[in-house]
Amino acid sequence: MNFTTSRRETLGLAAAAGLAALLAPRMSIADEPAVAAEIKKLYGDKKMDAGKIKLDVPEIAENGLVVPVNIEVESPMTDTDYVKAVHVFADGNPLPGIVTYRFTPACGKASASTRMRLAQTQNIVCVAEMSNGNLHMAKANVKVTIGGCGG
Amino acid sequence: MATQPTPRVRVPAQAKPGEMIEIKTLISHEMESGQRKDSAGKIIPRKIINKFTAQFNGKTVFEADWNPAISANPYQSFFYKAAESGEFTFSWKDDDGSDYVSKNKLTVA
Repeated sequence: MNFTTSRRETLGLAAAAGLAALLAPRMSIADEPAVAAEIKKLYGDKKMDAGKIKLDVPEIAENGLVVPVNIEVESPMTDTDYVKAVHVFADGNPLPGIVTYRFTPACGKASASTRMRLAQTQNIVCVAEMSNGNLHMAKANVKVTIGGCGG
Repeated sequence: MATQPTPRVRVPAQAKPGEMIEIKTLISHEMESGQRKDSAGKIIPRKIINKFTAQFNGKTVFEADWNPAISANPYQSFFYKAAESGEFTFSWKDDDGSDYVSKNKLTVA
């Protein structure tokens, strides 16, 4: 039995402790239930359909500080049939919300792009509300190599 | 805040009736998330632009509510179906209450 701790072990322990100290005081991270709660707050338990949404995010984001996100929802965008709102959430950021868009028939096309921050590898959830009340949902995973929140 | 945020907007000067035009906007802003800490361990207070609005001839066309997860120097693009000549008013609302505005003319012919 060896009771002396090797240099490598000591260093490893110190590093682990340091890492824990770094991570511990950080705010809680939003998770899937947090995103679900946000959606529930908006729409209750209404049924979500698949399809119609094209959620365009990179599969791998090298820099979590600027991740392009492009959404497009299929709709004729007429006065009677258009996309009312689109919400984008992330389940691994300190806060679940990313952006909410409100479209009008004057847009002609329910499409918008922006850039977001992602703290870590996570899922992006997109919910679209149509003018007739129907809801659609899409999900995509983004692998983040460098985090973007409070680094 | 280092400098006053300056909006930059790209709108085509002319469009045909019914043409779909893409509007691209960018504004310089730090978008301080309220999650970061300074060297003393104190949380740096949140200061972001929380709302972007696009109006055409006074009528709201498109809105975006931004959360702290939007990157610094926020970029936003969207579409507009040209119908008549007029003027766009883009406004960015800051957490501190200030409003940054840009106006751009569009001629439809």
